[in-house]
Amino acid sequence: MTSNRSRTFVLGEKKEMVESTYLALDGANAVSHAMRQINPDVVAAYPITPQTAVVQNFSQFVADGTVDTEFVPVESEHAAMSACIGASAAGARVMTATSANGLALMWEMLYIASGMRLPIVLTVVNRALSSPLNIHCDHSDSMGARDAGWLQLYAETGQEAYDNTIQALRIAEDSDLLLPVMSCQDGFITGHGVERVGILPDQTVQDFVGQYVANYSLLDVENPVTMGAWDFTDYYFEHKRQQSQAMNESMPIVEAVSAEYEKLSGRPQPIIDTFAMDDAEVAVIVLSSAAGTTRSVVRDLRNKGVKAGVVKPRLFRPFPAQRIVDAIKNCKAVAVLDRAISFGSPDGMGPLFLDVTSALYNAGACDVPVIDFIFGLGGRDMTPPMVESVYDQLMQIRDTGDRGDIVRYVGLRG
Amino acid sequence: MTDRIRVNLRDIVNNEERLVPGHRLCGGCGEPTIVRQILHAIDTPVVLSTATGCLEVSTSVFPYTSWNVPWIHSAFENAATTISGAEAAYKALKRRGNLPVDEEITFIAFGGDGASYDIGFQFISGALERGHKFLYVCLNNEAYMNTGIQRSSATPRGAHTTTSPAGEVIPGKVQWRKPFTRIMAAHDIPYVAQAAPHNYRDLMRKVKKAVAVDGPAVLNILAPCPRGWRHASDQTMAITKLAADTCYWPLYEVENGHKFTVNYKPREKQPVAEWFKTQGRFRHLFRPANEWLLEEIQAKVDEEWAQLLHDEECSS
Repeated sequence: MTSNRSRTFVLGEKKEMVESTYLALDGANAVSHAMRQINPDVVAAYPITPQTAVVQNFSQFVADGTVDTEFVPVESEHAAMSACIGASAAGARVMTATSANGLALMWEMLYIASGMRLPIVLTVVNRALSSPLNIHCDHSDSMGARDAGWLQLYAETGQEAYDNTIQALRIAEDSDLLLPVMSCQDGFITGHGVERVGILPDQTVQDFVGQYVANYSLLDVENPVTMGAWDFTDYYFEHKRQQSQAMNESMPIVEAVSAEYEKLSGRPQPIIDTFAMDDAEVAVIVLSSAAGTTRSVVRDLRNKGVKAGVVKPRLFRPFPAQRIVDAIKNCKAVAVLDRAISFGSPDGMGPLFLDVTSALYNAGACDVPVIDFIFGLGGRDMTPPMVESVYDQLMQIRDTGDRGDIVRYVGLRG
Repeated sequence: MTDRIRVNLRDIVNNEERLVPGHRLCGGCGEPTIVRQILHAIDTPVVLSTATGCLEVSTSVFPYTSWNVPWIHSAFENAATTISGAEAAYKALKRRGNLPVDEEITFIAFGGDGASYDIGFQFISGALERGHKFLYVCLNNEAYMNTGIQRSSATPRGAHTTTSPAGEVIPGKVQWRKPFTRIMAAHDIPYVAQAAPHNYRDLMRKVKKAVAVDGPAVLNILAPCPRGWRHASDQTMAITKLAADTCYWPLYEVENGHKFTVNYKPREKQPVAEWFKTQGRFRHLFRPANEWLLEEIQAKVDEEWAQLLHDEECSS
């Protein structure tokens, strides 16, 4: 092992676009193919619905010798992240996957992974947290981990889940960053939904992710390091400030990796995806798969002459505040769609709404009326008529100037 | 004691110290002595993980470290899992040519009895079942000492701790200690042993044997705590010797889950009360009203010792 290294990757290096092969894959399968192509040193994982397919497929790749990863079939998700931490501290390239309660069980270790600056990639197939028990999609799991010091990417489709997984690794391992990354997609909706997914050639992915060489490794016995030390009041604060600063300064790294991947794959990789926003009067901000439904409704509304638009952040941590403000600052009414509730926040707002309104306030753009819609908890479908009702309510605010209830529900009975 | 493995003192004193002086463990604490005995018994480079606890907080006060070897602490319950991740990385990187093929590293996880018997129990069991090649060491001081002497499932029946206090109605801890060593052996792993630091030759021989097997090994080592046990700090070794002489803490090993060997049989088995007398945590047991409890504990120690001798006889 070498204890010093130059940058692993040269950002902005010129690469020609490479043709993808198109396969019929569900989102979980698409992610397991990304993992196969990355061929990480260590994967430690535990099965949970709806992430199961990721672990199952990857186990098959190991059994067939398609990858030569050391697969650690642990006895819990807490152990999964614990083993990932040990492996990453030993200088390995490490990945894992989980959902819902599994992510909740990892919670203690999420903070330890980010605090130790270990570039672990965790693919999350979003599912509702218990109780009551529910295996279907919402964002309560990963939103509960939004302050854990992990970058978070959210995918709208299986294609994006595949693309984000590959980029997540490059972002995490960038020697100027070294933070773990969570790559999320919607359970069942995209996780189990079969679609046309473009897969890059294996060698292209291998070249893109390059070889990871850790700055420090437990296995470098000639240069012993102490990891996970005990910080008193005299150092802890500074270390946390450094960690926060790393997250704050991560945006250019995400942008550079995204730009390079965009060039390579020919697929756009915006930090926030905007649709029909140039002259939009009424707009919706939404993460993940519901963005597709929303975009389809916007097409119909545009045909009817309504100036409607959609903003879909691909990145939630770090929060792309300025981009979102720039996208919506001229709108006359904006709705945030939240697939999770921050219990006990004012009126029970959703986490995305809290960050969007905070960004507007801090940018001095307080004139835009924004409301929050809680939707889709526990896998409740978000249908086009529901999205239409959101835009109807926005048009009412646009026309009357009356913001009305700030937190609303869509798709809820009674 | 038919093993050919020998512990040569001359070699040991010339070895480099891997846990160096300057750490902040208490005077008389059994842990640093045991850790040094273990690390001196191993010839290869080592990678260590340590559970949250006395050993961890006393040796890694940032920006200082007492460790002359690679060392990681991640959390309380997962020292075994953390080291299993490092061992998996070692296998992967070696296979891929990113580490020299001939580089032999010994992986060790240290945890206290709280980390081993209680909160980390599942994690150890999982790591043993998966068969990682590592040594798990329980530094057993029979309570949560780092947080101020709370009871664990290693705390013996009758002992006073801050969460099993000897009161007017209840005479200390009510429950028996968990048979951790036997449960570890029941995983059918290559090597499990119980040891104590006064018999360093036995302890170090067990370490050598443990790291030589192809698979996981567990050592459960009695580690006196002058603060929690209430004894003078110069009595540590005398106390563990008495633990072995009373058969309260038998020195034995179990190979492959079934082959029992008792490594020390006292010429004259002492009453367990002799061991209790050395420690303030058992003082209340000598009140006349608690005589029945002392008798009950003696009967349990006798029964367990007889069972151990029986197991040895059956496996020979």
